[in-house]
Amino acid sequence: MPNHTIADILRGLEAKTFSSEEITQQYLDAIAKHDSNYNSFITVTAEQALTQARAADTARQNGSAGALCGVPIAHKDIFCTEGVRTSCASKMLDNFIAPYNATVVDRLANAGVVTLGKTNLDEFAMGSSNETSFYGAVRNPWNTDCVPGGSSGGSAAAIAAGLAPAATGTDTGGSIRQPAALCGLTGLKPTYGRVSRYGMIAFASSLDQGGPMAKTAEDNALLLQAMAGFDHRDSTSMDLAVPDYRAGLNKDLSGLKIGVPKEYFSEGLDPEIASAIEASLDEYRKMGAEIKSISLPHTHLAVPCYYIIAPAEASANLSRFDGVRYGYRCENPKDLDDLYTRTRAEGFGEEVKRRILIGTYALSSGFYDAYYRKAQQIRRLIKQDFDEAFKTVDIIAGPTTPNPAFALGEKVSDPVTMYLEDIYTIAVNLAGLPAISLPAGFTKGKPIGLQLIGRDFDETTLLAAAHQYQQRSDWHQQAAPGSV
Amino acid sequence: MEWEVVIGLEIHVQLTTKSKIFSGSSTAFGADANTQASAVDLAMPGTLPVLNEQAVKKAILFGLAIDADICRDSVFDRKNYFYPDLPKGYQTTQMDFPIVGAGIVEITLSDGSTRSVRVHHAHLEEDAGKSLHEDYQGMSGIDLNRAGTPLIEIVSEPDMRSAEEAVAYLRKIHSIVTYLGISDGDMSQGSLRCDANVSIRPKGQEEYGTRAELKNINSFRFVERAIKTEVLRQIELIEDGGKVRQETRLYDSDKNETRPMRSKEEANDYRYFPCPDLLPVHVEQSLINELMAQMPELPDAKRQRFETEFGLSAYDAALLTGERPVADYFEAVASSAGDAKLAANWVNGELSASLNRENLSITASPVTAEQLGGLIQRIRDNSISGKIAKQVFDALWNQEGDSADAIIDNKGLKQVSDSGAIGAMVDEVLAANPEQVEQFRGADEGKRKKMLGFFVGQIMKASKGQANPGVINSLLNEKLGG
Amino acid sequence: MSLDQNDIAKLARLARINIAETDTAELSQRIGDILNMVDAMQAVDTTNILPMANPHDAVQRLRADEVNETNQREHFQKIAPQTADGLYLVPQVIE
Repeated sequence: MPNHTIADILRGLEAKTFSSEEITQQYLDAIAKHDSNYNSFITVTAEQALTQARAADTARQNGSAGALCGVPIAHKDIFCTEGVRTSCASKMLDNFIAPYNATVVDRLANAGVVTLGKTNLDEFAMGSSNETSFYGAVRNPWNTDCVPGGSSGGSAAAIAAGLAPAATGTDTGGSIRQPAALCGLTGLKPTYGRVSRYGMIAFASSLDQGGPMAKTAEDNALLLQAMAGFDHRDSTSMDLAVPDYRAGLNKDLSGLKIGVPKEYFSEGLDPEIASAIEASLDEYRKMGAEIKSISLPHTHLAVPCYYIIAPAEASANLSRFDGVRYGYRCENPKDLDDLYTRTRAEGFGEEVKRRILIGTYALSSGFYDAYYRKAQQIRRLIKQDFDEAFKTVDIIAGPTTPNPAFALGEKVSDPVTMYLEDIYTIAVNLAGLPAISLPAGFTKGKPIGLQLIGRDFDETTLLAAAHQYQQRSDWHQQAAPGSV
Repeated sequence: MEWEVVIGLEIHVQLTTKSKIFSGSSTAFGADANTQASAVDLAMPGTLPVLNEQAVKKAILFGLAIDADICRDSVFDRKNYFYPDLPKGYQTTQMDFPIVGAGIVEITLSDGSTRSVRVHHAHLEEDAGKSLHEDYQGMSGIDLNRAGTPLIEIVSEPDMRSAEEAVAYLRKIHSIVTYLGISDGDMSQGSLRCDANVSIRPKGQEEYGTRAELKNINSFRFVERAIKTEVLRQIELIEDGGKVRQETRLYDSDKNETRPMRSKEEANDYRYFPCPDLLPVHVEQSLINELMAQMPELPDAKRQRFETEFGLSAYDAALLTGERPVADYFEAVASSAGDAKLAANWVNGELSASLNRENLSITASPVTAEQLGGLIQRIRDNSISGKIAKQVFDALWNQEGDSADAIIDNKGLKQVSDSGAIGAMVDEVLAANPEQVEQFRGADEGKRKKMLGFFVGQIMKASKGQANPGVINSLLNEKLGG
Repeated sequence: MSLDQNDIAKLARLARINIAETDTAELSQRIGDILNMVDAMQAVDTTNILPMANPHDAVQRLRADEVNETNQREHFQKIAPQTADGLYLVPQVIE
């Protein structure tokens, strides 16, 4: 089982080397035995997983197997799963048994996946370290004194620890790519509108996008294939054909123009990361790609812009948590006001409250123009930077993060420093572009992520570029020290 | 001091769509609590809105009807506030780019004069649920069936100068939306709701006074009374040296007074911003053309046509075109009767009085337009007199027969014009009243005319109203003069 | 840009979050730090730049006016804090 990829598992299932029930049981055992080291799962749905696995085995025998039939995966606990607690890692939803499935959950179920459970995350996906979870911090399997990144830290840690071959994640400012980078995985943030947001608990609606996390680009392609596509329940979902991603993995990349933004190699970047990225670019040169220096002049404004837009949207998105229809309600509210103010004070954690207050401020009368409107204008400038760059290059490459995984607790008391760790990932969400992070080396035993950013809806080129690099490197095959 | 009243209205109109503005839940009125509240309407985490096409089309139709600009890329915004009937903690509405821009509405007052009221804009938004204040274990109950029902909010300029004008404007909006068929306009069910911004200023002063917003005045009668009451309150307040506060007030129809709403005392900051779950609503010219082509005849055009085509008075035409079902009924009567003026008299007269008496709408009238038309035909061909016609109408109203003809036949109400039969009745009456005959013969021309009425009345009575009055008159003149 | 205690209280009120007085100092410090970081935006001239609300220049898709939801009241109210007679219960609402 160690280092199984989805592709491996599918081969094993097809060859009847093992059944879905067997492999599912192995993962469930591994979770039971080892997850106390990582805290990567909030809820393990063992019984349901085994039922699904047996059904998958039957389907496979009957020849009615979906593309991912019998493959166990985990869902970030931000996707609604009917009948299963969907907590968003918040006390607010600790008792919330979702009454319906997210579109992503339904689509993967239709493809035949087995759900091992729900993974930990920063509360309401607000964080880059997975330290804000109501269920406690998650540890990085490469170094358990370090954070796994966030907000999809539970998904990343589970895969890196061998407790799941793959998982879903969501990415609002880097929440798939940054934990993928910090845990030595491959994770893809699809183009905004490629994957339905229906049933994915909203943090910042114009930035959120669900996507796959796994060991390889090939697995990302397999998962994205099942997740992607138009959903009539999501007005921001785009009605576009979904290409065959697996078939695209080997598309000819000779002559591919890769832009390298000079702003992504400025001060603050760990020198070992810088050289690892340079080395991976050399590899692309050898593959026939053309590397070009480009400029994304508004890069330094991405974090400021994001920390207005995301909290502003969140401040409204999180107003529904009021103790009336579901979720946490404070004890013995003495009146309506008390019900609201105490439910929300007790139900939300500190980071969430802070962001709600910032968002409230940015939208409040007298400050809207200076903050919210300004941020929306800056957002356009950032998007225009990318539009300009894509006139001359096919993809953009750079580090996913300026530093490798940092120590638990290190940045908790200094949010601004933590926010700045997302400097390379955030602009991508503001522009709505697809981007992938893939392993590109190690520094002091911690993984390094290479980020590739693509044109709107061109996930195919990103997956191909990542896959073909992985055919020539073995960073993605390295196993974390304690992994199963 | 002489005061001028300044009124602006915000009218919320529920649109007659089958499903809600952002979800596939039914909008039917009167269902059991929360049985029409889907995951989207309940603001379950992760749910998203998708806009109803018909809500957009109906809003555009309204805009075209008031000659407004249609915003080609309108935007939905979130209006943030907490209230238990507002599940998301924000209302999805339109702020900076409403779908309907500035328009104009003509109103006619009771003295026949007309005025224009400017509409500032009209926007699409979702309705909230309902809080039920009956005691549930010492708590309030929340029903979210209404949450997400599509509304247009029509915001007027402060162009009205009296409660009467405000009511005329409200009636006109009611008439337009029901003509368009975009709302049932039923105020008793809350399909049309009105808030009024009321202020006063010394006559001649240009600057507006501080306004109070009267909430939820939900009948035409209450609008008038609430505004009048509020105006008096403001005048008294100012004349006593006080100042009007800008606040939201609730009209209490039982006490006929307005009082501040406690829940609205706190200054709010709604933090509007574009809803990131919805994209701009783009309206193509082709859609506008298509809707233009569907546009029914509107009240003003219909009123003018009734005046010119049927020769009705302005008053009659206005009465008949106020509500589309009345106009439709009238046209059906007129066409079947072959006489529009008589049809107008009957619809505005006997029928309207009977409907009012029994508090029925014209669509529930027991007398159909065809039946009334048939009745009028018999008046026109002198088969019955006006008096008998009323009797026939009552019989139709009470469902005593299928048609006027059947009732006339059954009851033997046909007018008698036969001079032999009427002559015998005249003879009888003259013989029974010798004194009056004597007096008549001794009287001068002026008095004779009056006295003739007495004999006609007696003969009519004897004929049970069926004798042709023309024949009676000529026979009487002949016999008395002899 | 920094926020004083009153500002924090006002925001907490708008957001309906009870903030203990002992927490406001630290909160205003942290929010102040974030606002200082964000202020980098103010140096940029954005005259005539159209605000961007969504990543794509797409327009709203419209749904056909069809009822396709059924009554799921029991299902939804199983997870509600307090209900009676099909209603969600809250402390008395005062108008």
